[in-house]
Amino acid sequence: MASFGKLHKKGSMDGDLELSLNINNLDVKCKTSGSTTLLNLLRELGYVEVKCGCEEGACGSCLVLLNGRAVNSCQVFAATVDNARILTVNGLGNSGNPHPIELAFVEAQAVQCGFCTPGMIIATYELLSKNPSPSEEDIKVALSGNLCRCTGYVKIIDAVKLAVRKLKNK
Amino acid sequence: MNPAENNEKMKFKYIENSVEKIDALALACGDELFTDDFQFDTLHGYFVRSPYPHAKVLEIENITEIENIDGVKKVFWYKNTPQTLYTSAGQGYPEPSPYDCRMFSNIVRFVGEPVALVIARTRDLAKLAASKTIVKYDILEPLLDFVDAEGSKIIVHDKDGSFAKIPVPYEPSKNLAALVEIEVGNYQKSYDGSSKKMQRIYCNHIAHHCALEPHASISYFDQRGRLTIISTTQVPFHARRIVSYVTGIPASKIRVIKPRLGGGFGSKQEIILEPYAAYASWILKQPVKIRLDREEVFIGTRTRHEYQLIMEAGYQGDGTINSLSMTAIENAGAYGPHALTVLTNVGSKTLPILNKINNIKFIGKSLYSNLPVGGAYRGYGATQGQFALNCFLDELVEELNIDPVDYFLKWGIDKDETSPIFKALGEGTEGVEQVVSANNLKICIQKGAELFDWKNKREEYRTERGKNQRFKRGVGFSALMQGSAIPMVDMASCYIKMQDDGSVSLLTGATDLGTGADTIFAQIIAETLDLPISKIHVIAADTDVTPFDTGAYASSTTYLSGNTVLSAAKKIKEQLIETASEILKIDKKKLQLKDQFVCSSDDSDKVAYSDIVRFAMYQHNQYQIQAVSSEFCKLSPPPFAAHFGEIELDTYTGKIRVIRYLAAVDCGTPINPALVEGQCEGAIVNGISYALTEKYFLHEGRMLNNSFNRYKIFTANDIPDIKIILCPSYEKTGPYGAKSVSEININGPIPTIANAFAYATGIRLFTSPFLSENILSLLEANQ
Repeated sequence: MASFGKLHKKGSMDGDLELSLNINNLDVKCKTSGSTTLLNLLRELGYVEVKCGCEEGACGSCLVLLNGRAVNSCQVFAATVDNARILTVNGLGNSGNPHPIELAFVEAQAVQCGFCTPGMIIATYELLSKNPSPSEEDIKVALSGNLCRCTGYVKIIDAVKLAVRKLKNK
Repeated sequence: MNPAENNEKMKFKYIENSVEKIDALALACGDELFTDDFQFDTLHGYFVRSPYPHAKVLEIENITEIENIDGVKKVFWYKNTPQTLYTSAGQGYPEPSPYDCRMFSNIVRFVGEPVALVIARTRDLAKLAASKTIVKYDILEPLLDFVDAEGSKIIVHDKDGSFAKIPVPYEPSKNLAALVEIEVGNYQKSYDGSSKKMQRIYCNHIAHHCALEPHASISYFDQRGRLTIISTTQVPFHARRIVSYVTGIPASKIRVIKPRLGGGFGSKQEIILEPYAAYASWILKQPVKIRLDREEVFIGTRTRHEYQLIMEAGYQGDGTINSLSMTAIENAGAYGPHALTVLTNVGSKTLPILNKINNIKFIGKSLYSNLPVGGAYRGYGATQGQFALNCFLDELVEELNIDPVDYFLKWGIDKDETSPIFKALGEGTEGVEQVVSANNLKICIQKGAELFDWKNKREEYRTERGKNQRFKRGVGFSALMQGSAIPMVDMASCYIKMQDDGSVSLLTGATDLGTGADTIFAQIIAETLDLPISKIHVIAADTDVTPFDTGAYASSTTYLSGNTVLSAAKKIKEQLIETASEILKIDKKKLQLKDQFVCSSDDSDKVAYSDIVRFAMYQHNQYQIQAVSSEFCKLSPPPFAAHFGEIELDTYTGKIRVIRYLAAVDCGTPINPALVEGQCEGAIVNGISYALTEKYFLHEGRMLNNSFNRYKIFTANDIPDIKIILCPSYEKTGPYGAKSVSEININGPIPTIANAFAYATGIRLFTSPFLSENILSLLEANQ
């Protein structure tokens, strides 16, 4: 079937700018172009757990930790983050070795479609790193940059409270 | 609840159990894949969209230059694509929606309609090339006021060949997309003879589903030249059928797969991208991916239908309603997907709740306009109908000094009752007669009122109402129903086999769009076979692999697809017992399933499932323990709910804040109570957000706020205190007593908030959304 275009797994992006990054504790060298966002670079590199929901910094689905700070990766040009440390939700923990926050989201039944969840978990991680005992108000404010249309947020707030307890008992 | 039902419930081990969603961990860790996460080396498509609400497409002036750009492969538009008329509604065949759209048309009918599709090596290049494409239009006068569309000189579908596939009234020359009229009893006679009369008009607004995952489709060829489409769809089987019909690609060459889906709410019950990706692949012999931007999702997909709803009643001083009429004028938008079926549901999913009214008239009319296209949206007409019905009733009984809660307790549909509307009005066609045997509406109302402290709060705010203070508070109520699947239309099927380790594989065509349907199926099998959830593997929604299912819509999945899973699991149970009987040499009547073993009644003899399957596979009279099942839906048992809300109005700013919201819900057996709560909470917050902040700001048909920064949906910081109370009845025709729950709760917030507002201020709200600026003007006008 030579006439049919075949599928190949994508590699890194084309471009003329070389970047050295540390993504999920691995050193990665890649190329990018000046107009590529960090979101698109990460997804092209295979870090598809970083979701693209709006590309205008309004939904929080693409949150990653950039040098320890939660940022909407769609609002960052990849070219500006040379030598940065990036952590995605999959770097925090994976199905084989989940992070307590990820487990809290599962146990609190806070995952419906799961599209917003990676961003929610990164937002939670940042909140709990700064404030290990947040009030309900603190939680609501910390998550207010992350949109979810499935859950009505009730169980997501429960999940953050559960994560607080899990991290304290660790 | 009768004792037999109680005993049945006592036996549940995996049902009524909030087991973890089977895909939750992988989703939380980002290990699951959504459509756009399949990062293959594909070509990419990006649409050129119409900036005009109504125009003739004359020419793409620079098509040669665009196609000559290095990396651009092709520009598709109406002159080089099939001109098949179809409906984008992902419904069963023949679809009740008119065949009125083409992949690309020579007339564009709404702002955002695809005019061309540019295919290029990268998405960035396709997008850039699309932005450079110069289209020459002949601008036509748009039809922007749907209410007057019928007599308009502007005809949206003027002699374009549009037709209805089923025998229903459809007159595009009058901009009429659908028409329905039913009457039970004698409306006019009883209206004329009534001592009291009331008429009101309600208008709801266009809104978007805002599923967080934008629509996307990838199509590619397998090793043997068949086309596989991975897509964000709630209806993979309908997608396959419709793609073939539209593009002319033989259906046998098409496979549709639904991976994880990032929310749907009806927006993905539409065949939005699949024909384009498939056709581009077919012509170019290359894999193609199309993924929409958020802006395109807002302007180029589907919306909640806007309505004008006219309510009229003739009644008596004691609250007896002699006659009730509902006239629903629907804005179909530029095309008519779901125009007829949403229209009929405005009446059929609302009116049966007041089943003691003898004379009822429902008139529905759907009109084309050059506005955003309506479509399926959670609630599906009931959201619009309940706004009108519950606000109308609230006002009617207020004048009679009757508490609306007491009113519904007296006049609402009760257990073992029916309504003539069930038969008179269905979904698109006539309905199906049914007696509602499982019905806890009144328990929902009573329990809800008690826990909400309804009577006391009403008393408290009644005394405060006249006071001149900045913040005013009120409480509101609404009573709701929906259906569970489309009776005499929908069917679902599945296949279950046992592996030789005693685990089970389920192949189902049903489409989990994030609701947890796959988990519900696993629980049904677990309960039937007394097997842990971890031993059940759900493979779903792949047209090559899984049996047919109509898809995720009409609140059908738990009830209908769940029933077929139950029926197949029961067949597996019989085979396990049959073979165990052979192994143990014990009469099968004396055998039972217990924690992965088939045991004799006293537990003295037993054999593990894995040993039974191995025996069956390798040792004697070899056969595969397996079962297929296909269930046809004959009824649509309604779930019920009672909603209570407390609001605070800031009279200085017009801002309405919902402080507390309580929903008492009867969805039959809640198979997974936590997931049921999640469905309720999600629907309620979506509903409140729709009532208070969401709006398409349109200027000459163009949406001005087509982004999440300007189209405001609720965040965690906006939600009220929400309480869900489950008041389960036991639906005998549902799997382990279950009815549906996904849609019903989105219907409550608008009437509940409007009624609470009226209680706080004495002012009735007739037009949604209740934006601060609208409320402020209303307050000023009423001063």
